[in-house]
Amino acid sequence: MAEFLSLSEAVSRHLRDGDTVAFEGFTHLIPYAAAHEAIRLGRKDLTLVRMTPDVIYDQIIGMGLARKLIFSYAGNPGVGLLRRFRDAVENAWPRSIELEEHSHAAMANAYEAGAAGLPFAVFRGYRGAELARVNKNIRSVMCPFTGEQMAAVPAIRPDVTFIHAQRANEQGDVLIEGILGVQKEAALAARQTVVTVEEVVHDFDGVHPNACILPRWAISAIAVVPGGSHPSYAAGYYGRDNAYYLAWDDIAADRRRFTAWMKQHVLEASAADFAERTKIREIG
Amino acid sequence: MLPATPSEMMTIAAARLLKSEDVCFVGIGPPSAACNLARLTHAPGITLIYESGTIGTAPAVLPLSIGDGELCRTAVTTVSVPEMFRYWLQGGRISIGFLGAAQLDPFGNINTTCIGDYARPKTRLPGGGGAPEISTSAAEIFITMQQSRRGMVKAIDFITSFGHGEGGDARARLGLHSKGPTTLITDLAVWKIDPETKEFHAHSLHPGVTKTKAEETCGWDVKYAAFVGETPPATVLELSVLRDLVQRSQAAHRRSAAA
Repeated sequence: MAEFLSLSEAVSRHLRDGDTVAFEGFTHLIPYAAAHEAIRLGRKDLTLVRMTPDVIYDQIIGMGLARKLIFSYAGNPGVGLLRRFRDAVENAWPRSIELEEHSHAAMANAYEAGAAGLPFAVFRGYRGAELARVNKNIRSVMCPFTGEQMAAVPAIRPDVTFIHAQRANEQGDVLIEGILGVQKEAALAARQTVVTVEEVVHDFDGVHPNACILPRWAISAIAVVPGGSHPSYAAGYYGRDNAYYLAWDDIAADRRRFTAWMKQHVLEASAADFAERTKIREIG
Repeated sequence: MLPATPSEMMTIAAARLLKSEDVCFVGIGPPSAACNLARLTHAPGITLIYESGTIGTAPAVLPLSIGDGELCRTAVTTVSVPEMFRYWLQGGRISIGFLGAAQLDPFGNINTTCIGDYARPKTRLPGGGGAPEISTSAAEIFITMQQSRRGMVKAIDFITSFGHGEGGDARARLGLHSKGPTTLITDLAVWKIDPETKEFHAHSLHPGVTKTKAEETCGWDVKYAAFVGETPPATVLELSVLRDLVQRSQAAHRRSAAA
């Protein structure tokens, strides 16, 4: 049953060293505030899961807190490569990182299998693709009816999933609007789910009956963090801070500049700073 | 009006290949510019789909990422990412997959994973994203990229997305019934896959481009179609719509958190 907690309490209670954790979001609603809290708490040896690890995973990896990454696209979309991720893969700085690399179709199916309580996902994929050679978790099964060879990947079952959403009601149900990504599946695939929200409203009266709502009993904890997905965005609240994503390319290009930036903007900052950031036009 | 730059000519030549009745799965970057130029000129009915789940989107500015709010606001509907890949792509409803490439070989195999060895890469690239299944499940694939000897190579370092393998009937032998890559649009030329060998042949060179120039910027031995024409020059309409679109988009990308 969803408990309303402060962000630091929610993260410290539900995320442990060595956990498999998904901070999911597909361009939209990326849970930056929750991930920054995990960095401040120094949670380490994490196996990070996400379809599109972008700047936030670049930050966690650059801080040396990740042991392994399960992913399908590691880039700064429209800007370029992730420089801290590259430094870890190419130079083992600040530590080496193990990769389990998939395609989007595989990850989406694997989360769905996790939510559905299945041990693996089956789909038509990876034909001729070389990832199957380097990832032992990409296998195949034969359709028992047609004989067709299908791709199979293990279900994703995170210890904990963090997502950001627009609103909770006072009972602790959570409403997600706009681009939903794979967040519903990631939330239901996990043993525990923590949600940060822009605000709490009295009830969801008037919300469309087909809206995406996670009921309170499927959620472990809720933390109210206005601006909590900045520099990603929350439809209806604030837009994507594209300038931040563009600026990140330079910040992350240099180890010392990155470290100084993290100290100032993450380690010495707090969840309360996010609300202001959705109004600020320049960073670092 | 200034004449088209090579990069503009690439976008314009790519846009011309799209039809109003197409259902197009759009990659970010150059494919997105071409698809939206087509929608704003000769193909107003085209259905553009981005992997973030936005179906039938009509953005006023080009998205920086595949999940920008503009895509959702202007879409016919927005579905979850698992639904996107399962029902709409794997379900066989996409007529054109439009992809970019970091490395490409003459058979249309794409590398967006790494330069060098996978375990010890010289350069780690972002990875496949949606492309490995787009390249096999969409009915037909268009590829667009700028020509360079580093990008267009005889053998790519990693097959992220399968094109025609080593050529011939390689797709059929893998049980693939979709066409795979048929057309490559670069800043210098339009290339088509040869129906037998499944290698790209230069079909038309953009205005002012010589065969020497096309060969100097390509890492494989260039083969030509029986008749090599000139790509029709960019029209005033194509250029003005594209330049407006790019200008609007760049201004939007420089802006930070707008309410």
